[in-house]
Amino acid sequence: MAEAYTRRSPLQHFGLTAAAAKSNAAGAEVLIGESAHRAIVNIRGDGGEAFKAAVRSVTGVDLPVKPNTTAQAGAFRILWLGPTEWWVVTTSGAEEKLVADLRQAFIGQHAAVIDVSESRAVITLSGTKARDMLARGCSLDLHPRVFGPGQCAQTGLTKANIMLDQTDAAPSFDIYVLKSFADYLWQWFWLIGRDYKLAIKAH
Amino acid sequence: MLLISCPHCGPRDEHEFAYGHEAHIARPTLEQQNTMTDAEWADYLFMRKNPKGVHFERWVHARGCRQWFNVARHTVTHEIIKVYPMGEPAPKLEQK
Ligand SMILES: [Zn+2]
Repeated sequence: MAEAYTRRSPLQHFGLTAAAAKSNAAGAEVLIGESAHRAIVNIRGDGGEAFKAAVRSVTGVDLPVKPNTTAQAGAFRILWLGPTEWWVVTTSGAEEKLVADLRQAFIGQHAAVIDVSESRAVITLSGTKARDMLARGCSLDLHPRVFGPGQCAQTGLTKANIMLDQTDAAPSFDIYVLKSFADYLWQWFWLIGRDYKLAIKAH
Repeated sequence: MLLISCPHCGPRDEHEFAYGHEAHIARPTLEQQNTMTDAEWADYLFMRKNPKGVHFERWVHARGCRQWFNVARHTVTHEIIKVYPMGEPAPKLEQK
């Protein structure tokens, strides 16, 4: 009999749930945490009307066709990756049904649906100094007049490649990073975080 | 460090891109390959322009949207004169 597969976060060894309980969020300039095992489904297609309609029928989201933007409806969020590539992200555990529903909706179209949930860890960053902290390792202009909620960008953060998604004006960011770089990036945040009042947030 | 304007993402830092060497080198057709000399094949494979001036070259936004595009760049000043899509012929530019 096959062994049950137990998912393990690449940040599990930091014991973030216990650390968050002890962490003092009052007066924190930056809250950092992990949103573990997020469902991420990569979709490819021409982004035309039929493709958009299929995506809308499954997720309720109007496909963001403007480069580096996001759109959300209910539990589904779509991130632009390229002119023919997007991520549909949603709550952990929903990926299998999402993949099946999207494949069904794309029947007859030149499209691809791949579950990539296992490839990325998601580090969350929010608070008044979150932008400052990111700017220490990112060459993007993160000033609110240039980068704000509804925008996303694939870029570099220190030596890691990331997908940066600003989720609100707090500001809050979701940082998608390859799992093999997650430990490195967390430790980099920890190092930079010595210059800020940092607290760990439970998710 | 160059600031390169990705046709999709806008200006991004050079470290987000990878260089794809000289643009507009057409791969010989199968028919041509059958009749080419070794010297002609070697020329296609290895010989590249190395101008002092405007160079037409390919770049890919490797850490971003992963799309390829063409760039006309001055090899002395590094000025990026034009960014244009793959498949488009090299623009006619005044040599500087
Ligand atoms: Zn790009």
